[in-house]
Amino acid sequence: MAERAMTLDTTDTDSEQLYVGARLVLKALEEQGVEVVFGYPGGAVLPIYDELFKQNKIRHVLVRHEQGAVHAAEGYARSTGKVGCVLVTSGPGATNAVTGLTDALMDSIPIVCLTGQVPTHLIGNDAFQEADTVGITRPCTKHNYLVKDVNQLAQVVHEAFYVARSGRPGPVVVDLPKDVAMAMGRYVTAPRRAQHKTYNPRTKPDPQAVAAAVKLMASAKRPVFYTGGGIINSGPRASALLRELVNVTGFPITSTLMGLGAFPAADEKWLGMLGMHGTYEANLAMHGCDVMINIGARFDDRITGNLKFFAPESKKIHVDIDASSINKNVIVDIPVIGDCALVLEEMIAVWKKQRYQADQKALKTWWRQIEEWRGRDCLHYEQQGKIIKPQYAIQRLYELTKKRETYITTEVGQHQMWAAQFYRFEQPNHWLTSGGLGTMGYGLPAAVGVQMAYPDALVVDIAGEASIMMNIQELSTAVQYRLPVKVFIINNKYMGMVRQWQELLHGGRYSESYSETLPDFVKLAEAFGCVGMRCDDAAKMDDTIKEMISIKRPVIVDVVVDQKENCFPMIPSGKAHNEMILGAQEKAEKAITGEGLALV
Amino acid sequence: MAKKKPAKTAKTAPVQKSAPKASVKTAPRVMKEEQSSNLYEGMIPLARLKDKDTYRHVVSLLVDNEAGVLARVIGMIAGRGYNIESLTVAEVDRERQLSRINIATSGTHQTIEQVKAQLGRLVPVHVVRDLTDDGPSVARELALVKVAGVGDKRVEALRIGDIFRANVVDSSTQSFVFEVVGNTDKVDAFIELMKPLGLVEVSRTGVAAIARGAAGIEKK
Ligand SMILES: Cc1cc2nc3c(=O)[nH]c(=O)nc-3n(C[C@H](O)[C@H](O)[C@H](O)COP(=O)(O)OP(=O)(O)OC[C@H]3O[C@@H](n4cnc5c(N)ncnc54)[C@H](O)[C@@H]3O)c2cc1C
Ligand SMILES: Cc1ncc(C[n+]2csc(CCOP(=O)(O)OP(=O)(O)O)c2C)c(N)n1
Ligand SMILES: [Mg+2]
Repeated sequence: MAERAMTLDTTDTDSEQLYVGARLVLKALEEQGVEVVFGYPGGAVLPIYDELFKQNKIRHVLVRHEQGAVHAAEGYARSTGKVGCVLVTSGPGATNAVTGLTDALMDSIPIVCLTGQVPTHLIGNDAFQEADTVGITRPCTKHNYLVKDVNQLAQVVHEAFYVARSGRPGPVVVDLPKDVAMAMGRYVTAPRRAQHKTYNPRTKPDPQAVAAAVKLMASAKRPVFYTGGGIINSGPRASALLRELVNVTGFPITSTLMGLGAFPAADEKWLGMLGMHGTYEANLAMHGCDVMINIGARFDDRITGNLKFFAPESKKIHVDIDASSINKNVIVDIPVIGDCALVLEEMIAVWKKQRYQADQKALKTWWRQIEEWRGRDCLHYEQQGKIIKPQYAIQRLYELTKKRETYITTEVGQHQMWAAQFYRFEQPNHWLTSGGLGTMGYGLPAAVGVQMAYPDALVVDIAGEASIMMNIQELSTAVQYRLPVKVFIINNKYMGMVRQWQELLHGGRYSESYSETLPDFVKLAEAFGCVGMRCDDAAKMDDTIKEMISIKRPVIVDVVVDQKENCFPMIPSGKAHNEMILGAQEKAEKAITGEGLALV
Repeated sequence: MAKKKPAKTAKTAPVQKSAPKASVKTAPRVMKEEQSSNLYEGMIPLARLKDKDTYRHVVSLLVDNEAGVLARVIGMIAGRGYNIESLTVAEVDRERQLSRINIATSGTHQTIEQVKAQLGRLVPVHVVRDLTDDGPSVARELALVKVAGVGDKRVEALRIGDIFRANVVDSSTQSFVFEVVGNTDKVDAFIELMKPLGLVEVSRTGVAAIARGAAGIEKK
């Protein structure tokens, strides 16, 4: 096979000076602006760990499991907008990272993961701790590399960062055989001009597409903005421009789980989250709209429900940087390929230049209808007596932390959905959750990553008692680096989301979803060197939260909640937006049947 | 996770088996009106996207000839459940280290657009060109066809070989190996005719295709 062609246009070699491969890696990371690497050592990466030891520009965070390293890097990346960096060893180190890489791929998070590999001459020989890392990670990365020549090492690392952050972001693996890390080679500096030989995603939209989109928007009678994680990926400017576009048009707006925070929850034009556990008003607005403006969302099945009945009377505009997102699940009328910020800027400019006016009369009727839907107060719950409702715990957490710089991560399950419903975000990059893959065990390591980036902020992992057990070992990391993360466990003793589906779909046969034995989370916290607290009385909820905030160390709060609470509203799988179950009383009539049973 | 792609292409055969040709149409050229509504990048006429019929397309890629590039292309196609009828790959530019991959695939227009978009975002892919949609093209494949028999059948095989302008590249008293070149339909037809005449085995190259006219794949 031919030598790998250089594809990034790097020209400058810094001199004739030779460096050892491991040093070249660190030089390239430094030049890429990496401040922190999340990793775990092993035989194949010892040369790199040796170089790490000799320098102090890049901090290394020693996680307790490689999956945690990737989630921590994801947390760091999502909260800062930078590329997260991971370093793991060959074989088991690399395979342990796979869940994290898949998570980052599904949620479009930029990660560069360096994996050690056995020396080149042993590749393919079933050597000790050998795994076909590029083979295993090919489908779960945006791209991957096996570096066989030390003189291409710096180049490949630069390219990996470029690929990870450009276009639709994603994880990139650089597999690094030990002999290459130990060979002597030349350094090349990062390219000043990011012109890649093959990968140059379009960011500036076709003006004709924008013109057509804005024209359609101006003609709308029942418009809705459906906005997603692409706006967060695009950066804070995209969020600012989104606010402007919503203001000039006066249209209602809803966000996906991944898009929360891109538009302020306090704004009255915001209808809340849409989708399976979205609000009544958001889902009915989607169902009844005549013009849907999708900005940076991917028509996920949690959103569309039954495709046959999805927004049946609408014309659809879809703004996305990735052409493969367009017409994948839902056929759209006007595709606009480009970066959210650049598209939004163009849209605003065209709207103003053409002096477009929304149809005020129609819009007023539409808003009146939406207010009626809002009047249903679909997130209503009753907190009575001592037993804590999970919604109440999260709502109190929100009220008592909203004035601070607070970052929320979550695990996966009911608590995640309640967090999305009851914690209200005013800015982007403050909400971190595993949406696409739905990885239990994401929240704690992600919180570690966020706290590394923002040591003084309040970082809370809203967790379930089952999920937290999946990466509980990262508490030890938090303690080591004095990261005062807070783990706020909504403890219902059930895999609540599983229990809820079993109740609705499987006749209440709670097969294996009850946790017979849970650790004493207070003692567990103490064993790790954290502070443990428990709250089982609604009257003490506020005091518990206040105390948690005041402790400048990692804390676990075990919030003992109502075990039987279900998460509503819910669009059962296979159903349409207007077939939502609003609460417990309704669930019997709308039980999931037929085809829906086979869906996830 | 619910897999939907195979269901959509249910009309055609699963990956790597040759499709039942009857249900697969050759895509019609894009209509004039459709072209005029094709105003901007990514815009595909709705009628086309909503057409539920299945069509055969040949898609050509220019890729960096680097380790694993073929695995990347095949893995993406298999992982997403698309249909491949044939796939050919060879280096076409040694200096620039470029290979060309030709994929014969079938699906609805919507699926084919997805296939192209998914191929287009693979990092080592330079160009994706739909040789069925983007104008006239020629496609050829070569097959080596072994036929064993004696007497009348042997004579008949030779006669049909002649009609198809197949070369005999090996012969024994019991058998012939024919080399037949043409588009997929011609090769299929030849093989079909050889079945009753003692067809033993077939080895095919898959489709190599190229656009007609002066422009190369890198320029539209
Ligand atoms: C238990 C559970 C329940 C869930 N329930 C819901 C629910 O009720 N509602 C809900 O919304 N989600 C829900 N989800 C999440 C859901 O699975 C998806 O992850 C989510 O809906 C996808 O969000 P998104 O469409 O914003 O896309 P993302 O996954 O964030 O994708 C972003 C899109 O934007 C594009 N993009 C990226 N960068 C840019 C850029 N710079 N410019 C333009 N475009 C860009 C990408 O190409 C992609 O198409 C749930 C998840 C779990 C685990
Ligand atoms: C790694 C992984 N395994 C299994 C699942 C399936 N799953 C989704 S939610 C859930 C239960 C989560 O329970 P818990 O953390 O207690 O949260 P709750 O729903 O009770 O709030 C399970 C098992 C998953 N999402 N991730
Ligand atoms: Mg639980």
